[in-house]
Amino acid sequence: MNLLEKLDAAATARKSLLPDGVSAFGIPIEEVYSATEARIGDRRVLLLGTNNYLGLTFAPECIQAAHQAIDKEGTGTTGSRMANGSYFGHRALEKEFADFYQCSNGIVFTTGYQANLGTISGLVGPGDTVLIDGDSHASIYDGCILSGADIVRFKHNDAADMEKRLRRLGNRVETTLIIAEGIYSMLGDQAPLAEIIKIKKQYGCILLLDEAHSLGVLGETGQGLVEKTGLLNEVDFITGTFSKSLCSIGGFCVSNHPQLEQLRYVSHPYIFTASPSPATIASTRAALELLRKGSHLREQLWKNCTQLYTQLKQTGYQLGPDPGPVIAAILETPQQALLMWKSLLEHNIYVNLILPPAAPEGKSLVRCSVNAAHTSEQIQYVGDTFAKLYDLVRA
Amino acid sequence: MSETDYDQIVQLLCDRLTSLSKVPEVSIAPETNLITQLSIDSIKLLNLIMEIEDTFDISIPINALTDIQTVGELAALVHKIKSAA
Repeated sequence: MNLLEKLDAAATARKSLLPDGVSAFGIPIEEVYSATEARIGDRRVLLLGTNNYLGLTFAPECIQAAHQAIDKEGTGTTGSRMANGSYFGHRALEKEFADFYQCSNGIVFTTGYQANLGTISGLVGPGDTVLIDGDSHASIYDGCILSGADIVRFKHNDAADMEKRLRRLGNRVETTLIIAEGIYSMLGDQAPLAEIIKIKKQYGCILLLDEAHSLGVLGETGQGLVEKTGLLNEVDFITGTFSKSLCSIGGFCVSNHPQLEQLRYVSHPYIFTASPSPATIASTRAALELLRKGSHLREQLWKNCTQLYTQLKQTGYQLGPDPGPVIAAILETPQQALLMWKSLLEHNIYVNLILPPAAPEGKSLVRCSVNAAHTSEQIQYVGDTFAKLYDLVRA
Repeated sequence: MSETDYDQIVQLLCDRLTSLSKVPEVSIAPETNLITQLSIDSIKLLNLIMEIEDTFDISIPINALTDIQTVGELAALVHKIKSAA
């Protein structure tokens, strides 16, 4: 099989799951009306498949900041952070993230994906070991692969299993990086951070926590799982993204280890790409300010999360263990999930469809992402529609 | 570690792969290709590696799987790591 035939085989496999010209992956959004509504084809749909957790995509403060940055600094930096791509805003945002997490150092990356790639591949290399949760995001897997370190997985959210695998490493624990996530993107469950930290301290390892989905969502000021658990000072490196609760694109890493600064000189995903555009940085800075004082947004978000999680649970859907902004209905077969996804769209609700092997345990997911801008009526409509469609997937 | 140990690893892998394979009609042997003949997806393979790690109390870095194509090659890798442990 040549290179192109391999892609043809992948296309054939994909078509078998997505018949009738349905395009669940990469569906075109024709117009966006607000943080909760858009047009897909001829339908005005309710958006339940975005990561806009605080509902800030149209926040006037962010839009105005982006406009001003474009007027003042142009559309792009046209260069790497290492060369001409570090403007005042980039450095200011790094300082603001460091301040937010009470850390001495912060680095901004061009995407959240690159934040993990750049941090992991900068911290570990050949001969080192990374111990990662089995359900880690692809950016973590890819960062580990890029690093050349040995990659060992532990069972998802199972601290005892992590400890067992750490023990097997023997002396190699001295050069082992443990990686976990604040909220996992598939089922919306949270890492057992206290248990992980207890073990990492016992073995003397370094811990990186990815707060991509938990930033803005957990904790009084929105720091994430570190704030919710009161364990901020016990985590060595925190990464995250701007593309969820901060409503732009980019990523960051913060730490109290001064060695973080060296990543600027050894991390290819930081060096060999253009820096975020001035407008992106400006809107992110404005959004971070809103996030920090956004306890009312978090309150509304959790009210919405609880409302939908409770209704789906009562209807009989199998869900992830923790209520939260990521609420995934777990279905047995890809065909069930596709049917549910299509039926929801026919009821003007857009959600995410996740099929194996992307979904854990060989299951398929119809995943909702709730945000603070959803009204109680919108959430009620989504819950009622799921209830109406329950017979499609009843076991 | 003796040749018998290698044979035992092969047998264990064959037993587990029989239940994981999407192609039940394929008779699994050391030369059987994990991907092209058994259609084992990446997640199932990674979970199988965790099981093997637990069975033999060893660490198998998943990056070591890059060059593994067949059941026999996987058994040889497990054998090598187990022998060095």
